[in-house]
Parts: sequence; C-alpha cells; structure tokens
Amino acid sequence: MPIALYRIDDRLIHGQVVVGWGQPLDIDFIVLVDDNVACCDWEQDLYRMGVPPEMELVFADVATAIRDHDKYSSDPRKGILVTPDIPTMQRLVYGVPYIREVNVGGIHHRDGRTQKLRYVFLAPDEEAQLRAIVQSGVKVTAQDVPAAREVPMSEILPSSEPEARTA
Amino acid sequence: MSATIFRKMKSSTGETTDESSPPRAIVAGHGDFPFGIVSAVEQISGRGGVLLPVSNKGLSGQDIETQLKAAAEQDGIQVFFTDLPGGSATLAVRRIMRERPDVVLVTGANLATLLEFVFQSGGDCGAAARISVEKGRNALAAFGPA
Repeated sequence: MPIALYRIDDRLIHGQVVVGWGQPLDIDFIVLVDDNVACCDWEQDLYRMGVPPEMELVFADVATAIRDHDKYSSDPRKGILVTPDIPTMQRLVYGVPYIREVNVGGIHHRDGRTQKLRYVFLAPDEEAQLRAIVQSGVKVTAQDVPAAREVPMSEILPSSEPEARTA
Repeated sequence: MSATIFRKMKSSTGETTDESSPPRAIVAGHGDFPFGIVSAVEQISGRGGVLLPVSNKGLSGQDIETQLKAAAEQDGIQVFFTDLPGGSATLAVRRIMRERPDVVLVTGANLATLLEFVFQSGGDCGAAARISVEKGRNALAAFGPA
C-alpha cells in the first residue's frame, strides 16, 4: 500500500501526526526519516513513547529510507513518512521517483525565517528547496491537520509552477 | 516570535489567591488547553497561581523545550503536567528530564488530576503529583449503552 502521507514537520512525532492524521488515515506505522535520530538510541526511545503500542515506528536515515522505500510502500498496512525539515525531504524526493505529493505540516519560527502561514515559516534557502521539490514534479501543499484547508504551494511561493511527475 | 507563555498569577474566581507564592507545577499542552484547564481548576478550587499554563501553539519542538525549561527554572518548578502522552510538550519535558532527574512528569492530565494536586498543599510536589495520577485515573468513567 502506498505511503498515505509524506510530511515535513519539525516536531516529527506529536499529537497532530499521531492522532490528527494517524486516526483518520487509520495509520499502522510511521517512518521517521532523520539522520540524527537514526543514530541515537535515546532519541528513538523518546519518540517511541509518543506513539501508541499498536503503531510501529521505523527509524531511518535518508540513505536507508531511499533504499527501503519499496518495502514501506509495499507494506499492506497504512503508513506515514515524516521528515524534520525540507532538505531531508528534498533528498528523499530526489532518491525516490515515486513520491508524488508532499505535505508541509509544521515548520516553525526561528531567526531568518519569514512567516508564510500560521504554522509555516521559511528561510530563503528553504523557499528555494521547496521550489526545487515542486519543479521536480511533486505536488507540495501545506496543511497542518486534515480538517484544515490544503494550501497550494502557489499561494505560499507565488512563482511555483508544479509539473506532473513521471516515475 | 513571542513566547506563548502566560503567567496567570491571579485567580479567575477572584477568591483565595496567593500571589506571593510561586507556581508549584507547569501545565503544558496543545492550543488553549493549558489555559482552559487551569482556569477550571481555579474556578473549582478557588486557588490561583498554583499552576502555570504553557501552550505549545506556534512553537517548534526546540522552542517548546526552551520555554518550559526557562519557566521551570524561574520558579524552581519540579512538576509538569501535559495533556497527551505523544504530544510535543510531553516530548519536550522528557528532554528536560535528561538534564534534570528531579523532574516529575504526569501526562494525560485531566481536571481531577490537577484538582487533587492543587489541594495537596505543602510537602513534596513530586509525591503530590504521583498521588494525583491515581485520582485522575479513577475519574474516568463511561455511562450509557456500550
């Protein structure tokens, strides 16, 4: 079964992901793609306590996630893949031609970023990275929770022009 | 970006408020949950300023941790109540616990939990938090057809 949601979220595992998206999508597993978390047992233990026991949490660095993506997407269960930032998702998108859509779920304020939405703040280099993802044919939208409006990237970055991606 | 911390040192009921005492615990969670539930505690108990509400609204995981740590250090707070086991506030407190082994975290906190804690005045806050867990757990019940 294809991954139900590819999400960029700097909080990674939290209420919006596990409950907000996890319940309506009936998610059975989450793939957390983060080079730092993938090599830190303590961080993994921390995030593991954030998911209910019936939900599997898989940790992977980007290279492993690219290598194992077919395994995730052929799993009969439903899954979400989450990255902490745009560069990580960009590397994943470049390595996995089957990714068609990316959800920007939460990129919060920090110095150098400009507010685009209530839950999306972008630095100039991040804007460029998002544009690059869009230019590679991936549909990128922002939506923090399922009940919220799906905001097209053209509203956040006006000159973004999506093109259909072919695998 | 301004912090989503609101130091609520005045009782919403205007009754028995002790503004001279620092808060004994932080209530952290999603949206307006911390403010709402602290307001309810104060309305029922008449005791204001015992709990300090902190929202995760609009903050990154790192910012939540920074805000909670600063709030706890300012008042020497040892006890945190959070709303959801998998929520970002809970994860932030778990990170704080790595540096502060004295911290006690209660997650899944409800109104009964907080009321019990507030009424246990004096003594060890950590022990009071643990006692309040049992009260909160027992307050959950379902009525009506299955």
